[in-house]
Amino acid sequence: MVEIFQLLGPDGDLRDGPSASAIDAELCRALFRDMVLARRFDDEAYYLQRQGELGLWLQSRGQEAAQVGSIRALRDTDWVFPSYRDHAAALCRGIEPAELLAQWRGVSQSGWDPARYRFHIYTLVLAAQLPHAVGYAIGAQHDGADELVMTYFGEGSSSEGEANEAFNWAATMAAPVLFFCQNNQWAISTPTQAQFGAPLHQRAAGFGLSTQVVDGNDVLAVHVATSRAAEAVRCGEGPAFIEALTYRIAGHSTSDDPTRYRSDAELDHWQTLDPLDRLRRLLEARGWADDGFFTHLEAEATALAERVRGACRALAAPEAASMFDHVLAEPGPALAAERAAYVEYAGSFLD
Amino acid sequence: MFTLSEAINRGLRAGLETDPKVMVMGEDVGRLGGVFRVTDGLQKDFGADRVVDTPLAEAGIVGTAIGLAMRGYRPVCEIQFDGFVYPAFNQITSQLAKLRARSRGRVTAPVVIRVPFSGGIGAVEHHSESNEAYFTHTAGLRVVSAATPQDGHWLLRQAIACDDPVIFFEPKCRYWSKGDVTESPDDPLVLPLDAARTVRRGDDVTLLTWGSMVETCLRAATAAQAEGHSLEVVDLRSLSPIDTDTLVASVRRTGRAVVVHEAPTFGGLGGEVAAALGEHCFTSLEAPVMRVGGFNVPYPAAHLEEHYRPDLDRVLDAVDRVLHY
Repeated sequence: MVEIFQLLGPDGDLRDGPSASAIDAELCRALFRDMVLARRFDDEAYYLQRQGELGLWLQSRGQEAAQVGSIRALRDTDWVFPSYRDHAAALCRGIEPAELLAQWRGVSQSGWDPARYRFHIYTLVLAAQLPHAVGYAIGAQHDGADELVMTYFGEGSSSEGEANEAFNWAATMAAPVLFFCQNNQWAISTPTQAQFGAPLHQRAAGFGLSTQVVDGNDVLAVHVATSRAAEAVRCGEGPAFIEALTYRIAGHSTSDDPTRYRSDAELDHWQTLDPLDRLRRLLEARGWADDGFFTHLEAEATALAERVRGACRALAAPEAASMFDHVLAEPGPALAAERAAYVEYAGSFLD
Repeated sequence: MFTLSEAINRGLRAGLETDPKVMVMGEDVGRLGGVFRVTDGLQKDFGADRVVDTPLAEAGIVGTAIGLAMRGYRPVCEIQFDGFVYPAFNQITSQLAKLRARSRGRVTAPVVIRVPFSGGIGAVEHHSESNEAYFTHTAGLRVVSAATPQDGHWLLRQAIACDDPVIFFEPKCRYWSKGDVTESPDDPLVLPLDAARTVRRGDDVTLLTWGSMVETCLRAATAAQAEGHSLEVVDLRSLSPIDTDTLVASVRRTGRAVVVHEAPTFGGLGGEVAAALGEHCFTSLEAPVMRVGGFNVPYPAAHLEEHYRPDLDRVLDAVDRVLHY
């Protein structure tokens, strides 16, 4: 049985020791702030979906520590290839609420410029982004760039052929990739025991990936483990793999009903392991944050929520003919004709 | 004179020489030079970093090529045989084809995927398929097929330089056929990437074809000539987009058209061509547009493939039917 790396217990107890040497009040406050803002953003998006402002939302609630702890351990120059529930990580990269919501409001298929944030657009076909991350990393390696690539995916995605091809490829090519798996226990209604027969970390190690298993609700352990893995990848030690054990507190999406397949007791258990609560306990116990910090943060979150609502409602549907844009570098006569015919047809209706 | 295989090899070489971002990748493309030797000698001259022997995983080949392209590289992937492209189907259709549109033009993926396709070499199953219609049905891809050394060389160079993803179909039964290749990109024989080529002029019937069937149609035209019928042969070259103007101009003049391809006619690209001709040439047509192609069966065993593949007689039979309609 592999050891699960943990620094911060559910009771808010920090295990001091060499691994915790880089942890201080400032880091904890910063990570706490990221997680609180991410959760508020996520809650707000959920409400907007329920109000009919978004077509669909996939909540990140419960996975804040896995995402914030990992992305904050990277350099801004490192590239990230996310899946589709990685809103907390996206916010840490500075992606704006409107950019994050556009896709889910149905006004475009993606909202942000990946090059600006070094954060690729979401990939909805599971694990398809893993080989992209490997290819991008091989390119960075060819360029002699001091960059690594991290890719997020879930434990369900790990069953896809492309995930396993990517693990093998990265190991074979010694690509500077960090595979970050958020094992949130459920792939819609499929639990981990129905997803794989051998533990995921064991399979990853079998591919030749340097592997760690971490308590994904412990933002400090995630941060330390990711820093450690990133350092090794950067030093040319080959690709790394982190399995962060966490929990999808909400349904798969706003269309899902998790009460059909999982128990209240299980949910209650994971609620007691909440990543925000435990870091707050540490901040309070150590006196690393005072009331003023929490009050100010609450006000910041409230302001963010307001901004999210405004930004969402301001996202208008694009011109219909814009669907003909960006199919190929140049449309060519056939597509141009199709567009022109549609525009003429649409324009033929009287208001 | 070069064989089609040599002409493509020289096209790859030119790409690697001209642009340091060009890479060649695929199964056995390096040391071996590919199972058809199309990449022969390239790894020796350009190094294992640029001519990459990959793990045996087609989704991985295309998926990593997409990542490399995002990083600014121009990968040219080889899929070893037509029937092996399906494991990469998700990466090609959901990822490669849609990246530009999904990202509103912010992410482009100039990847070329070379696929030796169609039959005629007595191969085992999954090694003789004509699966171009799967890809022409996906917006965001360019799909081309080279029938001659001239087009094998120049279409490939244009595909490598193109900012769109290109699926590049090579008729494997023609790999060893020889032909001239012009030296200069400005030569009038070098047509644009998306242009059809009229390879034989004629007045009575237009044969519209591509890939392995271009040669078959040319032989049919020669045979028909002896019987007093003048056939025009148009090689589509670009299967998506289709150079409709060239096709339409020819059929309006001849008034009769037969589409010939190796893929099954049901759901094949010939149906699209026939529909376009119906829309644009209706009043010029003396007969319905006929199709000659593979049957709606899985590609048969080697000893039956000559019954499955359109040959000179089946093409001439269709010509007779449009002439005597």
